[in-house]
This record gives sequence, structure tokens and C-alpha cells, in this order.
Amino acid sequence: MNIRVRCFAAVREIVGVGELVVDLPEGSTLIQLISRLQCQFPRLQALTGSLLFSVNREYASTDKKLAAGDEVALIPPVSGGIDA
Amino acid sequence: MLEITDQPISLEPLVSAVKRSSSGAVATFLGVVREQTRGRQVRYLEYEAYREMAILKMREIADEIRRKWEVDEIAMAHRVGRLQIGDASVAIAISAPHRREALAACVYAIDRLKEVVPIWKKEVWTDGEEWVGPGTCEHH
Repeated sequence: MNIRVRCFAAVREIVGVGELVVDLPEGSTLIQLISRLQCQFPRLQALTGSLLFSVNREYASTDKKLAAGDEVALIPPVSGGIDA
Repeated sequence: MLEITDQPISLEPLVSAVKRSSSGAVATFLGVVREQTRGRQVRYLEYEAYREMAILKMREIADEIRRKWEVDEIAMAHRVGRLQIGDASVAIAISAPHRREALAACVYAIDRLKEVVPIWKKEVWTDGEEWVGPGTCEHH
């Protein structure tokens, strides 16, 4: 099944694009997608501990089961608003 | 009145937009890009957003506010793209019948925005650049 993956900020710079499609077996979970991305982009491994993830624009835990056509985003620590 | 824009933002339009005849107060917040003097000369900052989710999260924050306080209208605007020191990065205006609710809602709005809205900033110096995260800058 095709999963659309959105990448931002430091993740986008490591992956090289803002968006890619990953083909995963039916029934895959978010953790399996993450593992696949870590294999494909080893420099992601250093970031993974601080990343949050969203599925279809809702924050999700890594055991979330994915469905065909889902949009996943890798979310580095957010820094919107202002500094203080 | 929730917006992510690459154009300059300011408070006046938001204040005008949220005022109602029932509003006795409009509380506002303006976030401004400041110079973090850590021995590096900042040329500019680059703000990036996961737009679709950021708007959703701003809407959720507005819903949370309405559940907690009696307010009239809520407006939030966040700027993305290239910003200079001194530019406004985020603006919030909330109207309410009474000042206590307006002020409380405004503090809540910016605190929650910084927690959940997927927007990132990168500092670009004369000799490098870095994505700024919660662990890498001062928080008060």
C-alpha cells in the first residue's frame, strides 16, 4: 500500500525532498514505516528519538496501524511562535 | 480567522476582525523575531510550516479556548518564509465581553500554539545555519 510521507525542517534536509511515497505491506504500522525510512536514510536515526509523528494530520503513536493513502508526517521538535 | 501567510503580519487587522458589539476587551499577543546573541551574526530566519496540520491545530486551540472561557472571536496569524530580526512571526487577537477571559485566553493560545502547531524556524548566520528546537533556545 502507498503511504505519503511529508518531511519538514531538519528531516526534509536529510531526506532531500518534502514529500515521498513509500510502499509498505498491508497492515504495516507507523514503526515499520519509520524503520524503513531509517534504513533508507541512515542520518534520520540520530533524529528519531526527538521526532513526533502524525497520521492524516493527527499526532499518532508509533503503534498506529496505517492504511493505503494515509499521509504521515515526520515532525521535528516545533519552534513556532517566538523564542520566549 | 486563522491564517498562515508569507506576508507581513500585524495586530490592527486582527483586532478589527475580532471586535464585536459584545466585546469589552480585545487581548492581543505579537511574537517578534529577536536576536539571540550567542556569538553568531544572524542574517535571517526561515520559518516553515506543515500548513494543513498547522491550521487544523490552530482550529483545535480555538475550540479549546471556547470550551474554557467566554470569548467572542479568536484570530491567529503565523508568518512563514524568510523573516528578519524585528519582524512579527505570530499575532493573536481575542475578543471577549470581559478582560479577564480575553487575557487568559490569549496566554493560553500562544502557549498551546508553541506546543502543538507544526511550524519550525531555522537561523541562518554568516557562517552556517541551524534548525532551532525547544532544547536549543532559552525558554522563560
